[in-house]
Amino acid sequence: MSDDRTSQGPPTFPPRPEVSATRLVATLGLAGASAGLVLVVVFQATQPAIRRNKQAALDAAIAVVLNDPARVDTLYVRDGALSAEPPPDGKAPDRVWSGFDDDGRPVGFALVAGEPGFQDVVRLIFGYDPTSRTVLGMKVLESKETPGLGDKIEKDAAWVALFEGAEAPLVPVKAGGGTGDPREVDTITGATISSKAVIRIINHELERIGPLLERHRRGAGTADADAPEREETP
Amino acid sequence: MRETTPREDLVRGIWRENPVLIQMLGLCPALAVTNTVANSLAMGIATFFVLCGSSVLVSLLKKAIPHEVRISTYILIIATFVTVADMTLEAVVPTIHKALGAFIALIVVNCMILGRQEAFASKRPVSRALIDAVGTGLGFTIALFLMGAVREILGSGTFLGASLFGPRFEPWVVFVLPAGGFLTLGFLLLGLSWWERRKRDRAEAA
Amino acid sequence: MENLLWILLSAMVVNNFTLALFLGLCPFMGVSARVGTALRMGMANVFVLTITSLCAWFLNSFVLPHAPYLRLISFIVVIASLVQIVEMVIKKVSPTLFRQLGIFLPLITTNCAILGLAIFQTNRGYDLLEGLFFALGAGLGLTLALVLMASIRETTELADVPDLAKGTALVLIVAGSLSLAFMGFAGLLST
Repeated sequence: MSDDRTSQGPPTFPPRPEVSATRLVATLGLAGASAGLVLVVVFQATQPAIRRNKQAALDAAIAVVLNDPARVDTLYVRDGALSAEPPPDGKAPDRVWSGFDDDGRPVGFALVAGEPGFQDVVRLIFGYDPTSRTVLGMKVLESKETPGLGDKIEKDAAWVALFEGAEAPLVPVKAGGGTGDPREVDTITGATISSKAVIRIINHELERIGPLLERHRRGAGTADADAPEREETP
Repeated sequence: MRETTPREDLVRGIWRENPVLIQMLGLCPALAVTNTVANSLAMGIATFFVLCGSSVLVSLLKKAIPHEVRISTYILIIATFVTVADMTLEAVVPTIHKALGAFIALIVVNCMILGRQEAFASKRPVSRALIDAVGTGLGFTIALFLMGAVREILGSGTFLGASLFGPRFEPWVVFVLPAGGFLTLGFLLLGLSWWERRKRDRAEAA
Repeated sequence: MENLLWILLSAMVVNNFTLALFLGLCPFMGVSARVGTALRMGMANVFVLTITSLCAWFLNSFVLPHAPYLRLISFIVVIASLVQIVEMVIKKVSPTLFRQLGIFLPLITTNCAILGLAIFQTNRGYDLLEGLFFALGAGLGLTLALVLMASIRETTELADVPDLAKGTALVLIVAGSLSLAFMGFAGLLST
């Protein structure tokens, strides 16, 4: 690394006679090496806590959207099926979480998805029960929607609660303009685009992965027997 | 360079040469993360830590660092401190780390820090470099706190998350938006120059 | 393709680097007095951002999985060195281009927009092509903000501005208004 850096300093000519090139390279090399050493130590010291924090945040989010399951399994999407084994090469494996209640019965799956909202990408997690095809809960993980308007998708508890028990595929309707269909979810007045984005994100993710979840649930444990070719369309 | 007393070194950065309000350095964090008081303070403290650490180290090593590669070495030192601050914040206060996001890493390119190394720490003894860093760091934190206070109070009607005006207050959302950052700093500067001018006029009149 | 277009337009107008994310403020304040200069500064930014995006992608793919703690240091070191090398090459190959863009290059290297791009690209997990579109959008967005600002400043020079407001305060308030105007682009591609 030190070699790259010699070109970066201020102009080195005319050379000051008392400082040799070796000394310059040595200084930078030494500085780089010590910096690396310090960082490795700090990295080792902080990494367990950082991992714990991330895991705790994820667990908390899963608990919200699956109504406090007793146990949660992590499953990986591999070759069009769910598997408990992570894919061998996967740098960022496609994951879903399967929750079970106190009696060991499956509650549903937690899925993370993200797509553009009004301002920037909205990332959210939602719970889904493939047997009844209902959404169990929704929580926004990350958004930059307008404070006071678009951020209601995150902060308006009454609106977030609309997702509990809504049937997939969700249909956005104007607030108060619904017909009582269990698939309908009201949009937020003043934040129509943000709220429609949330509904769209959930629908797209279920289009993509919903059939997989249903197949996994039906053939619980024998998911591998299902050939990936038998892809169903919803 | 005129000799300064330690007291002058300390006070200079806090007010007369305040990095944000007077010298216009480090504007990026001053505008980007000041939408709440908590974020402003966290950014101020992180920058304070990086500045003090780098100043002490640069001052200690000033004889060992050849003139030709000094800037590269300073950046290396600053980047190390920033990475340490970044990881520590993520491990200790993950919510604040998430709110500040990439802007912690961007402390590296805060010209205020490199400026203090080049202008002061590389020429002075360790104790003076530390005093100067403390002053400048405090000045930076105070400026961020001012920005954060104005923006949170007007933009959300809260201070450090505690509601100030009750439910009837309609927050001026624009102040927590990016535009509000520019406007707040713009009006702060207007107020400052008005105040300076009034002081000068009075001094002249007297 | 739709995704790439969204990344480009998002970085360019909706989440404009200068007006929404406050990156690249130094040139925005310093080099925005004349439209011609602002335009050339913007073009130099597009150029360096593209190189940065390539560098960041390379480091993220091949080096940093093994040593994540070196992310910040390696970004700075590699980007600064590469820009310096490119500067030397341009100087040799095309002195005209160097006079147009080259003088800005050293200024840009330590600009927060450059490091910001590398970090955002990493955090969002963009691949090579997405990264390039992101860099292009960010660069064009910076250029747009710079040129707009310079046009306004050329006009306000002749306007009857109160003495107190002249200088940085006025630039900041104008920037605030521009930033508000750019909010109108939000939701551009999501309906």
